[in-house]
Amino acid sequence: MLRSSASRVRLAHAAVTMGAAVRRHVWSYLFVLPTFALFVVFTLVPVVQAFVLSLQSARIVGGDFIGLQNFVTLAEDPVFRQALGNTILYSAVVVAAQLTLALVVASLIQPLGPRSQTFYRALFYLPLVNSAILVAMVWRWIFNANPYGLANTFLGVFGLQPLLWIGSSDQALAAVILSAVLTIPGGGVVLYSAAMGSLPKELYEAAEVEGAGALTKWWYITVPLLKPTTLYLLVVYTILAFQIFERVYVMTNGGGPNNATITIVQLIYSTAFQFGRYGLASAMAVVLFIMAVAVAVVQFRSLRSDVEY
Amino acid sequence: MSSIRKRLPVHLVLLAAGLLSLFPLYWLFLTSLSPAQYVVKVPPEVVPRELTFSNYQRLFDTTPIVRWLVNTVVIAGVITAFHLLFDSMAGYAFAKRRFPGKNVMFWLVVSTLTVPAQVTLIPVFFILRTIGLLDTYPGVIIPGLADVFGVFLMKQFIQTLPSELEHAARLDGASEWQVYTRIILPLSKPALAVLAIFTFNRYWNAFIFPLVILRDPAKYPVQVGLATLQGEFNTDFGMLMTGAAVAAIPMIVVFFAFQRYFIEGIRVGGVKG
Repeated sequence: MLRSSASRVRLAHAAVTMGAAVRRHVWSYLFVLPTFALFVVFTLVPVVQAFVLSLQSARIVGGDFIGLQNFVTLAEDPVFRQALGNTILYSAVVVAAQLTLALVVASLIQPLGPRSQTFYRALFYLPLVNSAILVAMVWRWIFNANPYGLANTFLGVFGLQPLLWIGSSDQALAAVILSAVLTIPGGGVVLYSAAMGSLPKELYEAAEVEGAGALTKWWYITVPLLKPTTLYLLVVYTILAFQIFERVYVMTNGGGPNNATITIVQLIYSTAFQFGRYGLASAMAVVLFIMAVAVAVVQFRSLRSDVEY
Repeated sequence: MSSIRKRLPVHLVLLAAGLLSLFPLYWLFLTSLSPAQYVVKVPPEVVPRELTFSNYQRLFDTTPIVRWLVNTVVIAGVITAFHLLFDSMAGYAFAKRRFPGKNVMFWLVVSTLTVPAQVTLIPVFFILRTIGLLDTYPGVIIPGLADVFGVFLMKQFIQTLPSELEHAARLDGASEWQVYTRIILPLSKPALAVLAIFTFNRYWNAFIFPLVILRDPAKYPVQVGLATLQGEFNTDFGMLMTGAAVAAIPMIVVFFAFQRYFIEGIRVGGVKG
């Protein structure tokens, strides 16, 4: 807008307009300055520093460049391998469950009236406004090893013996995973149901002419058309799951018996802030970063192939 | 009538799923209100026979929970206030203004949206140590102003506003700052509401960052304080659940008051669960 009016009156007001344009640019930079400065100092530079630190032997005081030694140490460290494996297993199970639950619940909500839809969206989102700490504290209470624990009482109803749950190295991770799976992912429900509201009606009408049943339409029309939302949620939920920390920190006191529930972020936290091995912990952070970027790239590529199709 | 009857099974399934999701919250409040002897009863009582506020009395008497709540309100509140100002300013510039370097800057900002916050945790800790902000409120607050979700949200919203009002205001002699404060800000109220709710919720629940930055328990926000209660009360679940309940109530109240902003926030890209 500015440019077109400027060109029209260029000859007469060249100097004035130039001055105005410069002033406007200065204002533009002033508008972005606070955010951008904070972003550079507390996000951009730290990301670069994380990479630099991962190549150093940084401890509480000082550190030397040691190349990829930290990554070699990690590759040989059974605790880190356990953390990596636990994080991936947790993420795979939890994300698969979350996507399935969100899709099924959103599909059930879809045919209902607007007031019911609003009610259910709120119902499924309410549990999620609470902090991970608080929720993990309840699950620690539910899955505690005592016979008066709620999970054990539940087993008792079916005549099963009580389990040790978070008190056992075999069952602790399962308890942590169960605690995450047993919560309906309200964010996914909201996104899926928003996406379902805008699917083209014609396909469904055509399918009805062909005599397709509700389940056939759902599986062959709804689910494929929701692919962009599915991919988006897959990435968001996977990256969130990679960051699992509070649940483990609270439910299993930061790793459980024999590190049964140790995760990458839990190990970053203890390696850096309990043992002062900042370089090694930064190498773990770089691994986490690469995992997150890899997931985001996969999404980007499948979305691109979608456009071609 | 017939449609309700036909959909009854669907409603039952959805209600069951919703109650399952809400059950931990119910169990939390129930335990907090139960007398000690019922908390360790076998089998536990899912429907209460007797309720008491004695756990709450004990919690307020023996822990700095009130202090922690005040700290959380201050930390989350200040972060939210600054985000409203800075994110709307930057969102406006990125949405409506032309200036050299705009696209590079915006691309840089957006490209870090998927970087897990723990990646920058150690370097930010070092930066704060260097400038002497460890174990201070500014040390928890200032890095919280660097997350860019709000810039993205505000830009998306302000882009949809018509430009005519801006031009008219300029013709009337309004300064660039006045265009922002008198035209853009009032029109952005719906997006600002979403941003406020989301930011406050996010920093109310923040844990690992304040845990790392703060040493003095008197400065803890409530989530970090709760985690330390575990060390103190170990298996005194009555007390632990009471602490959790006190931390849960404010956010639940906020949710009921501002529900639709939460739902709207998810749709513009704030999925977290």
